[in-house]
Amino acid sequence: MLRAPIKTGLVFFPAFDWAISSTHPEREERLLYTQDQVFEEGILDVEGIIEYKPDLATYQDIRRVHFCAPEESRVVTESHLISAGGAKKIASEVMQKKIKRGFALVRPPGHHAMRVVHGCRGFCNINIEAVMIEFMREVYDIGRVAIVDTDCHHGDGTQDIYWHDPDTLFISIHQDGRTLYPGTGFQHELGGPTAYGATINIPLPPRTSEEGFLYALEHAILPILEDFKPDIVINSAGQDNHYTDPITSMNFSAQGYAQLTHLLKPDIAVLEGGYAIEGALPYTNLGIIMALAGLDFGQVREPDYRPEKIRQSKDTSRYIEKVIDQTMDYWENRLHLGEKARAGKQFAERERSIFYDTDNILETQRERLKVCADCPGALAIDSKTDSGYHVYAVHVPRKACSHCKELGYEWYDAADVQEFDRVFLQDRSQNQYIAKQG
Amino acid sequence: MIIGLDVGGTHTDVVLIGQDCILRQVKVPTDPQNLLDCVWTGLAEVTRDVPPQDIRRAVLSTTLTTNAIAENKLVPTGMIVCSGPGVDPRCYKTNDYFYNVSGSIDHRGREVQSIDQMEIEAIASRLRSEGIRQVGVVGKFSVRNPQHEIQIRAMLGDDFDHVVLGHRLSGNLNFPRRIATTYLNAAVYPLHKKFFDAVKESLEKKGLHIPIYILKADGGTMSLEASLESPGQTILSGPAASVMGSLPFAAEDEETLVLDIGGTTTDMAILLRQVPLLDPLGIELGGFKTLIRALKTQSVPVGGDSVVRLLGERITIGPDRQGPAMAYGGPAPTPTDALFVLGKTSNGDVGAARRGLQELADKLGVGVEEMAARIFDEACFNILNEAAKMISTINSKPVYTVHELLEGYQVRPKEILVLGGPAPHFAFRLSRLTDFEVHVVPQWQVANAVGAALAKNTCEVTVFSDTERGIVLAPEENYSESVKRDYSKEAALELAFELLRKKCLAEGASQDEMEMEILEEMQFNMVRGFHTTGRNIRVKVQVKPGLIPEYKDIAQTLFNYCPLPS
Repeated sequence: MLRAPIKTGLVFFPAFDWAISSTHPEREERLLYTQDQVFEEGILDVEGIIEYKPDLATYQDIRRVHFCAPEESRVVTESHLISAGGAKKIASEVMQKKIKRGFALVRPPGHHAMRVVHGCRGFCNINIEAVMIEFMREVYDIGRVAIVDTDCHHGDGTQDIYWHDPDTLFISIHQDGRTLYPGTGFQHELGGPTAYGATINIPLPPRTSEEGFLYALEHAILPILEDFKPDIVINSAGQDNHYTDPITSMNFSAQGYAQLTHLLKPDIAVLEGGYAIEGALPYTNLGIIMALAGLDFGQVREPDYRPEKIRQSKDTSRYIEKVIDQTMDYWENRLHLGEKARAGKQFAERERSIFYDTDNILETQRERLKVCADCPGALAIDSKTDSGYHVYAVHVPRKACSHCKELGYEWYDAADVQEFDRVFLQDRSQNQYIAKQG
Repeated sequence: MIIGLDVGGTHTDVVLIGQDCILRQVKVPTDPQNLLDCVWTGLAEVTRDVPPQDIRRAVLSTTLTTNAIAENKLVPTGMIVCSGPGVDPRCYKTNDYFYNVSGSIDHRGREVQSIDQMEIEAIASRLRSEGIRQVGVVGKFSVRNPQHEIQIRAMLGDDFDHVVLGHRLSGNLNFPRRIATTYLNAAVYPLHKKFFDAVKESLEKKGLHIPIYILKADGGTMSLEASLESPGQTILSGPAASVMGSLPFAAEDEETLVLDIGGTTTDMAILLRQVPLLDPLGIELGGFKTLIRALKTQSVPVGGDSVVRLLGERITIGPDRQGPAMAYGGPAPTPTDALFVLGKTSNGDVGAARRGLQELADKLGVGVEEMAARIFDEACFNILNEAAKMISTINSKPVYTVHELLEGYQVRPKEILVLGGPAPHFAFRLSRLTDFEVHVVPQWQVANAVGAALAKNTCEVTVFSDTERGIVLAPEENYSESVKRDYSKEAALELAFELLRKKCLAEGASQDEMEMEILEEMQFNMVRGFHTTGRNIRVKVQVKPGLIPEYKDIAQTLFNYCPLPS
C-alpha cells in the first residue's frame, strides 16, 4: 500500500454545477478529467493523503481583504465562498498541524481579484489566497507570509492587495506582460514605498520550458525566500504555463510543475488558472499532489510529452538569465531603493485604471498612502467605475501605528456620503469593518 | 418456506422460516477447518422431515472467502497489469507473479500505447510453467475503454482455468482498488467453486433440490451460479446478515444506528429509513482496499468478552479477547462478568465473575457492584463514542457540487437497534445513558440468519458515454455501442435501467425484487475552442438492499418463534 512520507491534505472542489458561462474556460467541465485522473490513480486512498470537505467562507472573512462594492452579496456567489472556504479549510488543518502540507484544488480562482472589487476580472471575484492568509493571521496569529504565484498570468490582484505590506512577500513568475493578460507584472513593480521589495515580478518570455522555470526558481525564488524567512509559503498554483494551454504560450510540463513543487516545498498550494483541461490539468495536478506528499512522481507525464519538442531556445535561456540577474539586483538593493522611494514624502499617491474583462467594467482609482516611518501607513482609495459608481475605502494595516490608525478614522469620518455612493473603513489593527452611505 | 444460514466466527446460525414465523432455529458450533460440515449439518437439521419441494430457497452467508484472505490462504494467481504513466504500479503489487506490461489508455478512454503481444505471450508461458491456473487482467482506465483487458484475455487463450478482467467487477474509477478486487476475485475462485460445488452435490445426494443463493457484503443476494462470476462479493457478508436482520424493526421515517454486539467486537451500521447505507468505495480487508460493494459497517473492538483492565484510575475495555468471561471459565474479567455481578445474567459461575472484578474494585477502592456498573458504562460509552465518530465521518464526506455542499444531507440517527449476545442488557443501559430511542431486535440470537433468509437481490450498473468519441459503454455488463453526438443522459438512464433489469434476472432475482433507483446522473457539455463538441455522461443505477417483497410486510411477525414439532 502506498504511503505518503509527508502528510498532505486535499480539498477537491470541482464545482460541477457552476460556470461563468456555458462555453467559458471557467466552466463545469474544467476539473472533470482531473478528478477522473486523481480518482483512477487511487490518490485519495494513499495513506497520509486526507481529503477534506471545504468550509464556507463568510463575509467576515472577505472583509479582512476586500472592499466589495456595493456589498459582498452583489459580487460574490456561493461558489466563491466555497472556493475561498476550501483554501481556508486547508489552512486550518495545516495550522492545527493535522497535516504538514495542503492543496486547495478548487475553482473558481482568485489571483486577479484586487482589494476593491466591483465585479469579476480575469475569471476572479475574490482573492482566495488573500482571504485564506488574513484568516490565518486573524485566527492563528502568523506573521511573515510568502506567496509564490506560478500561474502563467501575472497575479495582479494579489500584488495589489499586498503592495503596501512589508510582511507579505509576493513573487509572481509569469509570461511577459507585453504578450499576455493582464499586461502587468514588470520587473520594476517592486511594491509601495513602505513595502519596497516585498513584491517581486519575474516575467518570462513566451516558450519558456522546464529549464527556464527551474532556473528562475533556483537562482531567484529560492534565494529570496531564504532571505525573507517567511513563517509560511503559499503557492498560487496556476497550471496554464503548460505546453498545451489554449490561452497562453509557454512550454512547461507536468514533470516541470512537480519538480517545481518539490523544490519550492510550499506549505499550502491553491489552484489558480489552467485551462488545458484534458491535456494538462489531470497530469499537472497529479504531479503537484504527489510532489507535495513526497511521493515519487518520476512516472507522471502527459501522453504526448516529448521534452525535446518543447525545449526552449538558447536565446530564451540567455534572456532569462538576464531577467534573473536584474531580479537579484533589485532584491539585493531593495532597502536602499526603498529609502529613495520614500525620501521626503509625507504621502504617496498613484492613479490607475483597472479593467474588469469578465464583467466589462472600467474602474479608475486614486490611492493615497501615508508614508509612515513606524508602520506600513494608512491607505485611502477613491474608486469610480465607468457606470458612475463611486466609493471611498480606507484601509488601516494590521500593524498600524496609533497615528495612522487615527488618520484612517479621520479620513473615514471626513468622507462625505453625498459625494460617494458608499464609504468603507477596514481596520485590520482591530479587525473592524464598517461602511456608511447617504 | 425459506432458509437463512450464517456461518459466524464461533457459531453457525440457521433458521427455517414459514408463512408467519420462524419454524426452526439451529445453532451449530463453527469449525473453521471444516465449514462444509457446519453448513451441511445446519441445513440437514433445519430441513429434517420437511418436504424439499416446500422450500423455496436457501440463502447462505459464509466466512469462507473472508477467512481465506485474512489467513492468506489464497491460491497463486498471475496478475497482468497495464498502467501507463502515473503512480508507479509496483506500489500496488498484490502478490508474486505480478507483471506490469506495456499498453496505456488515457482518462477519456483513448489508446495511448498498444499492447505488446510478444510480452503477453512470454508472461503466459511463464505462468503456465509455474503451474498458475488463475489470472487477473487489469488496465488503468479500463472502465473507460476495456479493449486492452479484452485483448490480453484473448492472447492468454484457453490455457488457464479462470481469467478475471478488472472492468467487469466495478464501473468505478480506482486503478489500485481494481487491481486488488481483480486479484481477490481470481484468487478465491477455486476455493469458492469447490466449496459450493460440494454443498450442491451433498444437497442433491439427499434429494434436496433447493435453489441456493449467496449473501453479498452489500446485504443483497445472488444465485450460486452468479456467485462464480464474482466470488469476491461474498467477502464480509457476515456483518451484512445482521444488519439485514434488523431491517424490519427500524423506523420507517427515521435514521437508525444498528449495533451488533458480539464477543470481541461490536459492528455498527446505519439505516436510512430502513435502507442500509452503503460504503462509497468498497471493502477493506487484510490490507486490500477494494471496489467490492458493501454496507457501510465499522467494527469497534468492544464486546462481551473484551478484557477489562485498569490504566491508572481509568477502566479500559479491549481491544483483545483472551477467552470467554470468567463466569464461563475464562482467564480475565470482561463486561459479561460485570453483567453477572449486576445480577443481569446467572447461567454461569457468578462467584468467578465476582472474584475477577473484586481485584479491580480493590485497586479503585470501590465496591464490586460499583465496579461492575462502571465497567458496563465504560463499554457503553466506548461504543457510543465510536458511533459518533463514524457518523461524523459519514457527514464530512466530500461532495463535488455547489448544490450538494449547500444542501448537504446529514445523517442524524434518533434510534438504536441492538442485537447480538448481550443485546437486552446493553439496550437497557444505552437507553438510560443517551437520548436515543433504543430497541432490541427480537430473536436477536438468530437475526443474522433471518437477515440472510429475507435479503433480496441487489445490483448496480454504471453507464458512461462520451459522445465526442461516439461511444456509450457499461463496462461491468460487457456492453458498448456507438452513439451520435446528441445522445442524452435520458437515453443513458434508460439503457442503464434495462441493463440493470437483465443483470438482476441473471443473478436469480424475481421480477418483483427490482426496486430500481438512480445513484448518480451527470452530464457535461464538452467544449473545445468555443464550441460544444459533445457530451460526457455518467450514470449509475442500482437495486437497493432490502427484504424480499413477499416477506417485507410480515417481516416483523416472522421473528416470532413457533417451533415445529421435532
